[in-house]
Amino acid sequence: MTSSQFWMIWPGNAVASALILFAIAMPFLYAARKVVHDLFRSIGHMIGGPLRLGARWLFATARDMQERNKAVLLAHGKEEVGQHIEREFERVGLLVTRDLEGYPALQRKVLDEITRVEEDYKKCGEVPPPPPDWVEAVAGIAKIKSEHSEMVKRILEEIKRSVDSIHTKALEEYRRAYQSRHKILNGFMPFWRSLDKTLGQVDKKLTGLQDTSARIDAQMEKYEQINKKTDKAEHALTVSAFTQFAISLLVLLIATGGALINFKLIALPMSEMVGAGDYLTGGLRTSEVAALVIIFVEATMGLFLMEALRITHLFPRIANLNEQMRRRVLWISLTLLVTLAGIEAALALMRDMLIADKQALLQSLASAQQAAPADPLLARIPTAGQMLLGFILPFALAFVAVPLESFIYSARTVGGAALVMVVRVLAFVLRVLGNFVRQLCRVLTILYDVTIVLPLLIERMVKAARGGGDVELGRRAAKS
Amino acid sequence: MIKRLLLVSLSLASAAAVSSCADQRSHTQAVYMLVDTSGTYAQEVGKAQVIINYLLGTLQPGDSLAVARVKSRSFSEKDIIAKVTFDNQPSRANVQKRAFKDKIDAFVKSVGGSAYTDITGGLIQGAMFLNETGAGTKTILIFSDMQEELDKVTIREFPINLKDIRVVALNVVKLKTDNIDPRRYMGRLEAWQKRVVAAGASEWRIVNDIERLDAVLGRG
Repeated sequence: MTSSQFWMIWPGNAVASALILFAIAMPFLYAARKVVHDLFRSIGHMIGGPLRLGARWLFATARDMQERNKAVLLAHGKEEVGQHIEREFERVGLLVTRDLEGYPALQRKVLDEITRVEEDYKKCGEVPPPPPDWVEAVAGIAKIKSEHSEMVKRILEEIKRSVDSIHTKALEEYRRAYQSRHKILNGFMPFWRSLDKTLGQVDKKLTGLQDTSARIDAQMEKYEQINKKTDKAEHALTVSAFTQFAISLLVLLIATGGALINFKLIALPMSEMVGAGDYLTGGLRTSEVAALVIIFVEATMGLFLMEALRITHLFPRIANLNEQMRRRVLWISLTLLVTLAGIEAALALMRDMLIADKQALLQSLASAQQAAPADPLLARIPTAGQMLLGFILPFALAFVAVPLESFIYSARTVGGAALVMVVRVLAFVLRVLGNFVRQLCRVLTILYDVTIVLPLLIERMVKAARGGGDVELGRRAAKS
Repeated sequence: MIKRLLLVSLSLASAAAVSSCADQRSHTQAVYMLVDTSGTYAQEVGKAQVIINYLLGTLQPGDSLAVARVKSRSFSEKDIIAKVTFDNQPSRANVQKRAFKDKIDAFVKSVGGSAYTDITGGLIQGAMFLNETGAGTKTILIFSDMQEELDKVTIREFPINLKDIRVVALNVVKLKTDNIDPRRYMGRLEAWQKRVVAAGASEWRIVNDIERLDAVLGRG
């Protein structure tokens, strides 16, 4: 008999042996039924309870975190919108101040122009004097019959000649008068144009004011929504934060590319300054670290510059400085940045020279025929390009402060939301596990009963028989 | 490159903290090249010049290089044709390389054959030079047919010390006798390998194709 067959009551027949053993064990299993049920229940509670508790705690934590995130988000949004409104009011203030300051002059100009137009209009109204009264007398004389009197005829002819000449004069006078009035009317045009222009300016300024007011209204509405802590405001701010996060991340990646180019540009010449054979750690040259430090210092100076310019607000200490001190910080950072940019341009030049020297050495070592020297102008273009790049990149890097600020602020929201999600998922998993363990214990309890189904059937039958006997006894007792 | 930059960035923070205890290990290389000028092998000196030029183009600022000739008795500083430890500044290192090249050019023009070949003496001299440099990686290049021939007076039958030095035999040409019986060639190389390994060398290699030298001298 091998060791694996020691349990076999019926040697060589595992099934029969197992059945016999099961039959022997069944009364014991039946006897231990209650204890085993209690054990399963206890195990279910022992494992499932802490899991459910943990899930509940995690859900509560997620709720708290969400509340905290919401509070932070709304506070940040409130501050941002507040600043926006403040800026819009400043703009309106500037607009009003500027336009109201110029308004009396504008009004005077408009009034002067209106007065001039009025005067000219009045001048237009001046008509030439009417024909003299004797014209009527002449009309009377003209009625005298002159057919038979030579003298009358002559008098009348004389009168006619005189009247003709007077008529011609009067006509000329009228023409001259109308000509001068036309001239005056023609002179109106510039004044009308000026008036139109001035009124146009007023209209434009008023429209600008209206637009700004509309913007302020929109911001105020947003501010009110945030103040009321509405879900709409929270959702809008969250979406905005996610967008900001993505954009700032993209810009930071681009800036990293710029920093990489910058690093490449100055790493080699730095070895000329700090030595190429010094190592800080295993595979890290001191010259590379020095180049990186320069890039970091440039970025830091850019950060301070942006802070001093009040474009970013990462350091409250700088923002709270008085005006004079702030200006000093601004000039110091700008000077350092320009100096570093100059150093970088010089390093870029040195890099070019080192590479050229190395190339010349390698050519001489190769003993190959010396290559014809390149066109000096053509050779200078890359050098100039490198120097220019070395000078510009630090300034470009300075603007990283803006997306960095956006990234930091939006990362709080995005990170918070992600953390809440992770905690919720964890809580869900714990809850599922807790329920699974409890259900598993119930299934095991039922399975246990299934294995001892025979004794249970007997028990039921006995109980039924006893129950029947008891009922009969009860009936008899009642009758008696 | 990005990986390198990230490595640099990550290391910078820790480096700042431990700046006072910077990496004390030496990352420099030191190469000692023995050029066999005995007998007919002296004709191969042109190839040696190519290898030396290659070394000059490959070695970095801070590295050391020495070229010595192998003749009847080679355990002498006088046999060192040129030696230099390159300056940390790349521009100065380039000037030193040019001067080194000039010395080697002059040697190649004036080289003359010797009657015997004392490789062991050159190895001992090379090991001393390399240990003095304190370089992190020490290499002895033997440009020879590895056929040692000593006169009756010269004694080289004793164990030598080449601890932590890698030894590379270059351009090991076959002799006429090797062509008759290749076992002689194999046996000669095997004997050298045993001797070098027994001396504590970190590595023994044979490179007949100069282009493979890049893999041997490449930095980790």
